[in-house]
Amino acid sequence: MTEYASNIHPMAAILIHAAIPLTIILVYALVAIWGERKIAGFIQDRLGPMRVGGWHGWAQSIADLLKLIQKEDIIPTNASRFLFKFAPFMMFAASYAAFAVIPFSSAYIGSMINIGVFYLLAITSILTLSVIMAGWASNNKWSLLGGMRSAAQMVSYEVPTIATVLTVVLVAGSLNLMTVTEMQAGNDTLGFLPNWLIFQNPFLIVAFIIFFISILAESHRVPFDLPESESELVGGYQTEYSGMRWAMFMLAEYADMLLLSLLGATLFFGGWNSPFGDFMSGPVWGFFWFMLKGLLLVFVMMWIRWTLPRYRVDQLMHICWNILIPLSFINLVLTALWEVIF
Amino acid sequence: MIEVISKETGNKEMVINMGPQHPSTHGVLRLELVLDGEIITKVRPNIGYLHRCFEKYAEQMDDYAKVIPYTDRMDYVSAINQEHGYVIALERMLELEVPERVEYIRVIMAELQRIASHLLGIGAFGLDLGAFSPFLYLFTEREKILDIFERVTGARLLYNYFAVAGLMRDVHPKFKADTAEFVRTFRPKIKELNDLLSYNKIFIQRTANIGVLPEKVAFNYAASGPVLRGSGVKWDLRKNDPYSIYDRFEFDIPVGTGEVGTLGDCWDRYIVRVKEMEQSLRIIEQALDGMPDEGDVMEAIPKRIRPKEGEIYVRTETPRGELGYYIVSDKSASPFRVKARAPSFVHLSVLPAISKGSLIADMVAIVGSIDIVLGEVDR
Repeated sequence: MTEYASNIHPMAAILIHAAIPLTIILVYALVAIWGERKIAGFIQDRLGPMRVGGWHGWAQSIADLLKLIQKEDIIPTNASRFLFKFAPFMMFAASYAAFAVIPFSSAYIGSMINIGVFYLLAITSILTLSVIMAGWASNNKWSLLGGMRSAAQMVSYEVPTIATVLTVVLVAGSLNLMTVTEMQAGNDTLGFLPNWLIFQNPFLIVAFIIFFISILAESHRVPFDLPESESELVGGYQTEYSGMRWAMFMLAEYADMLLLSLLGATLFFGGWNSPFGDFMSGPVWGFFWFMLKGLLLVFVMMWIRWTLPRYRVDQLMHICWNILIPLSFINLVLTALWEVIF
Repeated sequence: MIEVISKETGNKEMVINMGPQHPSTHGVLRLELVLDGEIITKVRPNIGYLHRCFEKYAEQMDDYAKVIPYTDRMDYVSAINQEHGYVIALERMLELEVPERVEYIRVIMAELQRIASHLLGIGAFGLDLGAFSPFLYLFTEREKILDIFERVTGARLLYNYFAVAGLMRDVHPKFKADTAEFVRTFRPKIKELNDLLSYNKIFIQRTANIGVLPEKVAFNYAASGPVLRGSGVKWDLRKNDPYSIYDRFEFDIPVGTGEVGTLGDCWDRYIVRVKEMEQSLRIIEQALDGMPDEGDVMEAIPKRIRPKEGEIYVRTETPRGELGYYIVSDKSASPFRVKARAPSFVHLSVLPAISKGSLIADMVAIVGSIDIVLGEVDR
């Protein structure tokens, strides 16, 4: 399809490449926000949204979106106007841009660059910047505290994330996510398991656990949702935002969740590879399996969110610097040894 | 942005307002916090946002009984307990005997209300720490109590049920069965709560060794109720100064033990409330057994009460602590003075003493653990 488009005009191919992830993100966000509320409802012994749209309130997030569009766009008087307006869009742009290197199926990847993992990690660092921007520009003390916490948290948790991603890269021998996925095809680990990296050696299981904890913190999910902990910091960096700008933050947060979950699915769970070998494989099934794996991880994140209380800021830092970082580096070294020996 | 330079450390400090519109201040409390980074160097609670002139209103009433609905509105999550103290005070002033059946119903209602109030307190405490689900589980249980109350009194929050020397009306015929059913279904839920929240590792990390209130400080600030018992002091007015028919029941006074941290920390105050709910269930069971099935619920008293000239102080144990009513009568039909000694107000004054040097997140935990109701603080 893209080849055909680029024959018409080079710009057309770029637009299509840009539109596909955006569509996926938007549809996912609508479903995920509704899904999160339903999941929260079931976990808490209630029904969740039931009215809008008839069947189990499926249109709830669409109605919410329409409501948010109509809301007044309030900018605090003493806010730094440009930064205040710019921050939500920059945040979304950062998560959206990172989708370019995610291999959605064997037939589709936005941009086939051979430093995909590196690009993804680099571009998601911008998220931190936009959170600080929002916190600072709001000219609100609670926002500032939220932004400050968030900066510390995201910068810290990037270290274990990167260390665990490096572990995978070490085993896979490639920074290109497409190549990493392709080498996980087949079903011969221990005779029956898929060749996914998580089953390849014990250190990668440890790496996945560290990775998952880190992405919880990276995407501000409970128990690490300190930047926006509503019971302490009112709304953190989002306090002063309303209407569409706030919706952009929400969208970015959900997009970030999906991005990191999909990254996890690619690195550890075989990406678009079918769990049954050749059965139900191919580009379309590949997309299905990939999204299923990613959404399962998103579901686990939601499950954790509605179960656990929140850590305190110093405990969060303690977990990162004293436990996760040393562990992830030891794990990296041990994986390297394993690779040399076997 | 207001910045002050600390005299002690020389650091730049930031003054920040927590409340009155803040999700974790349990109403309209305003705390002025002086922060050094995220560490609190000074706290000043500002109150009065919910002041409704309870004491002045009481003086304006032309009948002692007309004050009862106003007592409801002090601590609106444990309205029955507020009424209880007031009617006992009047009954002692008038030297009235209360029918046996009334006493039993009152105790059952008061203990149910205590459970309902603790459920809300514990749930909101969890919510402050980011645990959303336990809050809703506990609310479901509280709902069952409110259903019982609705059937008995017609109201779900502010009951106006206790009257001087009696009750407004008799209980629902199924009251006993309903209550017994609730007691039966609620017991396992406490265990569930302990699994989900009380012994949750993150929850313990957030509450152990935080906001430690030593016994001596608790005494100096005249703390009472779960806040005092959390510091390890066995003091419960139902045992130490029995009113109504509490001397007939067998129950323990749970106290903090420092099980997971220091004695008198947030977790101790929390767990005391959880254990108190079990004891309340025991009291309810015994009261249900002893409650006479037949009997009047209202003693014949003059329509308008005129106590002898004099004064009285009666204290009762509400879910939040010692609630005292000081009533002065000048022989007229309206009270000369009604003063309420509200436990929440007293406990709020402890706040600056125990929260210095903690983080904002701890502040939220401390406010949640002393479980204040602003309606009672301001009156």
